[in-house]
Amino acid sequence: MTTLIDAPPSDADGILPSSKKSSGGGLGQYILIRFLLIFPTIFILVTMVFFLMRITGDPITTAMGGRLPMEQLQERIHNAGYDRPILVQYFEYLGQLATGNFGRTLSDNRAVSEMLTTYGAATLELSVNALILALLVGIPLGMIAAQRRDHAPDAVLRVFAILCYATPVFFAGMLLKLTFSVWLGWLPVAGRAKTSSELALNSLEAPTGIYWLDALRSGNMAALGDVTAHAVLPAVALGLLTAGIFLRLVRTNVIGTLGKDYVEAGRSRGVSEFRLVTKHAYKPALIPIITVMGLQIAVMLGGAVLTEKTFEWKGLGFQLANYLTARDFVAVQGIVVLLAIIVAVTNFIVDIVAALIDPRVRY
Amino acid sequence: MSVLPANEPLANPRAPFYRRLPVVSHFNKSVGLQRGMLVAGLVLTGLFLLTALLAPLLAPFGFSQLADADGNFPTQEAPGGKHLLGTTVGGYDVLSRVIWGAQAALFVIVVAVLMSIVIGVILGLVSGYIGGWLDRILVVIADAVYAFPSLLVAIVMAIVISGGQSSLIGGIFAAGTAITLVFIPQYFRVIRAETVRLKAEPFVESAKVVGASNIRIMSRHIYRNATRTLPLIFTLNASEAILTLAALGFLGFGIEPSSAAEWGYDLNKALADTTSGIWWTGLFPGVAMVLTVVGLTLVGESINDLNDPRLRGRKAAGTAGGPDSSAAAQAAISADVRGF
Repeated sequence: MTTLIDAPPSDADGILPSSKKSSGGGLGQYILIRFLLIFPTIFILVTMVFFLMRITGDPITTAMGGRLPMEQLQERIHNAGYDRPILVQYFEYLGQLATGNFGRTLSDNRAVSEMLTTYGAATLELSVNALILALLVGIPLGMIAAQRRDHAPDAVLRVFAILCYATPVFFAGMLLKLTFSVWLGWLPVAGRAKTSSELALNSLEAPTGIYWLDALRSGNMAALGDVTAHAVLPAVALGLLTAGIFLRLVRTNVIGTLGKDYVEAGRSRGVSEFRLVTKHAYKPALIPIITVMGLQIAVMLGGAVLTEKTFEWKGLGFQLANYLTARDFVAVQGIVVLLAIIVAVTNFIVDIVAALIDPRVRY
Repeated sequence: MSVLPANEPLANPRAPFYRRLPVVSHFNKSVGLQRGMLVAGLVLTGLFLLTALLAPLLAPFGFSQLADADGNFPTQEAPGGKHLLGTTVGGYDVLSRVIWGAQAALFVIVVAVLMSIVIGVILGLVSGYIGGWLDRILVVIADAVYAFPSLLVAIVMAIVISGGQSSLIGGIFAAGTAITLVFIPQYFRVIRAETVRLKAEPFVESAKVVGASNIRIMSRHIYRNATRTLPLIFTLNASEAILTLAALGFLGFGIEPSSAAEWGYDLNKALADTTSGIWWTGLFPGVAMVLTVVGLTLVGESINDLNDPRLRGRKAAGTAGGPDSSAAAQAAISADVRGF
């Protein structure tokens, strides 16, 4: 994580793919072009957020507006440098980023890099939990739906998939909370852990911030149980959303491959239907799934904001909403840069994997 | 039976006009389960439209009404009696807010989708047809915006446009514009890809030979052919627009409760109620939202499946070996993997 954050996002805006439409170029060139494209992507997003946030007002007026006389307000704004020409501020910010300096948040005066690692760990934990759940639910159910195509199980599963992605994460979270926390009382309502386990885990030496990992390392089984209980509902709420998409994707692609000749050949050799679906038809169907998984990272990060808000899960999304309300430019930009890097790098990896699997993708 | 060409028109070109309309022609192609899903989707979408249009007649109270002749409404009252679905913590009537919410959702869909179609289609046509540096720059920008979590883009835009709080018109345009920025890259990509493909077609060459201007070629010859997949993206985006609007409202960046009823805002307020076991303030707006999105998704997905010969159901699937992936199916997948 830290290496990602400290990597200075270069302002290499001039680097656009200079490849002509010529069909030449091997894998090496393709990878190089895709790699260079990471930088303009990050650069564009950083620039957009910088200027958009500047339009929305400044943090000092938001925090103090109405409570300070105009002159004092102006003086504070002047001292903070927000009355300088916007381009000066912009290039100063780019210069800071290039040296890996993210600055300090304005609203609670923390180092942005420290804020990112602390809350990033929480968001990472949530996303990984949700992704695992989505894969565990989506892929097998998708195979069942494909195998029983146009029969009752398929109909039920397709409706289930549609319900999964038609239900907003926060509504799903609310229903889960109502059912399992309030009425049944099985699981905690919100948060990442009880205060006692949180204290125990934070007092560890060099905590990773990923609670179940910390609990495992310290052998604190009570805390592990507590952390797991807290993690279930948010992971289900966020995971089901993606599970619906995986289910549908696996179904469509497995149906496509099930119609291929080699599957028919396997069937005539006496390969069982189960094996046909899980081995023969499933493997080639994986390629589009990997591609979509890359796109899903962006969706998950968006969904994480809502999930974190619903379950008071103190991660990047939860903080982002707070910082946005406070017009804390520095913090918002820091979070956006991090998310942009994550998204750009994942897309890069996904494209490379897709190109390695299927040579036709390269151009 | 021959292999279906990639651009097989779904409707028989000689059928009467009304049978060639997008949804009607899809209905005629469908069988069994697929027809059931399409019909269910159409019914739900129709209900949503009716509710939105007839909201002033259907709703027992105004969306921001806190009192009537008998005095102030009670707060957090359980469903039953005068308030069929109960009242919220602020004293609003839940049933009325749910019904009026359909109207706000419809407004935002119309604003957001229309604006993004117009801008996205124009940019896509120009970028694809003219090509060169303009094209490259637009593609990189569109990809950057497309790859980023759309909700975050929408939040930042909502703050920029409305400054956090807004009136009915302002709020709807703020939410609509915020969503527009997210959708433009989708239309842009689809239209640009089609334009690049069509540019090499003989009919464009012959139009050039005849002396048609670039604008005429773009607006008549290419536009007519490149926009076939739009109804599909439209339905998928309509549901995404509802979810984005609700997400904005839920996070507190949406429309103010006094200017319009908005389901996401109600859910935000209901979140605190759940811990004390008050279920009616959150359940009903949430269910309304889910039903609307399910309806639109069912219609969109049915159209998608019916456009793709591989997925069209048993009767038509006999013509197996269709195109590996039609433009429509690609568009659908890229559009709905971004759903919330």
